[in-house]
Amino acid sequence: MTSPSPRRSTPSTPSPNAEVGRPRTWSDHDVEQVIGRLLQAGVILASIVVVIGGTLLLARHGAEATAFSVFRGGSSHLRSVSATFVGAVHGEPGAIVQLGLVLLIATPVARVALTLAAFAAQRDRLYVAMTALVLTLLLIGLFS
Amino acid sequence: MSLALFALLVATGSFGAGLLGAVTGLGGGIVVVPMLTVLFHVDIRYAIGASLVSVIATSSGAASAYVREGYTNVRIGIFLEVATTVGALVGAAVANVVPTSALAVLFGVVLLYSAYRSLRGDKDTSAVPPPDPLGEKLRLNGSYPEAPGRIPYVVHRVRLGFGVMLFAGMLSALLGIGSGVVKVLAMDRAMRLPFKVSTTTSNFMIGVTAAASAGVYLHRGYIDPSIAFPVMLGVLVGAVLGARVLAGADVVWLRRVFTAVVCVLAVEMLYKGLTGGV
Repeated sequence: MTSPSPRRSTPSTPSPNAEVGRPRTWSDHDVEQVIGRLLQAGVILASIVVVIGGTLLLARHGAEATAFSVFRGGSSHLRSVSATFVGAVHGEPGAIVQLGLVLLIATPVARVALTLAAFAAQRDRLYVAMTALVLTLLLIGLFS
Repeated sequence: MSLALFALLVATGSFGAGLLGAVTGLGGGIVVVPMLTVLFHVDIRYAIGASLVSVIATSSGAASAYVREGYTNVRIGIFLEVATTVGALVGAAVANVVPTSALAVLFGVVLLYSAYRSLRGDKDTSAVPPPDPLGEKLRLNGSYPEAPGRIPYVVHRVRLGFGVMLFAGMLSALLGIGSGVVKVLAMDRAMRLPFKVSTTTSNFMIGVTAAASAGVYLHRGYIDPSIAFPVMLGVLVGAVLGARVLAGADVVWLRRVFTAVVCVLAVEMLYKGLTGGV
């Protein structure tokens, strides 16, 4: 998709994998590639689901007049992830879109989790601790 | 207006929001909220929900390219995410005791001053502080692509950058604004990172900040599929295109666009603060 990036030259700082006898671990360049791919996959998956739901939504309600100046969200059943999932399985257009949006929201969370795994593979304890803290606070925010 | 026409117009406007958001590192919310509320008379709560979706879409859509091309500094991103997420929790905890209107006015003034300084940015090179040894210790130094090769850089004033980021997290919790602008300013002004590294690393982080509050907005019913779907798709296409524009873009030009957006945001904050609309 994008032009090939110039390969990052050898790591500028001495890393654990430079030591003899250690199994080869991920370089920062590898981590960047994997994180980039994960973000891309999350966005593409979410888009496919939203496009399907959006098309169905327009096919069914496209000619109806909009009334978004009145807030009715408080009574929407799409406020919970489980109800959204059930609705999407039953082919409800709004629920399919909402499922795609939930996938989109989950993408940065998955990115932080993957970064945690990557720093763990690099045996970078300081960054494992920092990423674990970010992930914990993020999950508290999401589920509180 | 029919839903089909609404979706078409909103998607078109959101395309512009994604493009601008990806290039400046500020996310698409700055354009999406006024567009939905002023032009389409959408309830502010729906607009805020759609704005949240737009920020995550801009962040993830553009970051997939920025990270792989080596613009984004992942370590700086994680390091500063610690500050913004802690700051956001603190902000939520003190929300009842802080006078938000006064804060909005103060923030507006700070933004205007930062915009002025940012425009002068490249001229006052004499004031560049020495490299911070903490940057080496935390492995924050890096390099970024700029034809024909990669340009190395070192970070400055790591503690100040971290402190400003704590403040950024608090502000976004208190004022309900995307904290992208404070993120870019902290990296650009305090830590003296190259402008493209600042904007792309900010872009990388704002998705996480937004995701942290997504659960709350979802449960309150702020995210409506009929409004959010054209926003998300439009913003995504804009963000992916924006990521391509950035590589070849002139930094002087990028700075001007960024400063213009900051000025608009500053005026909006002053207006909100003075009229008590926060």
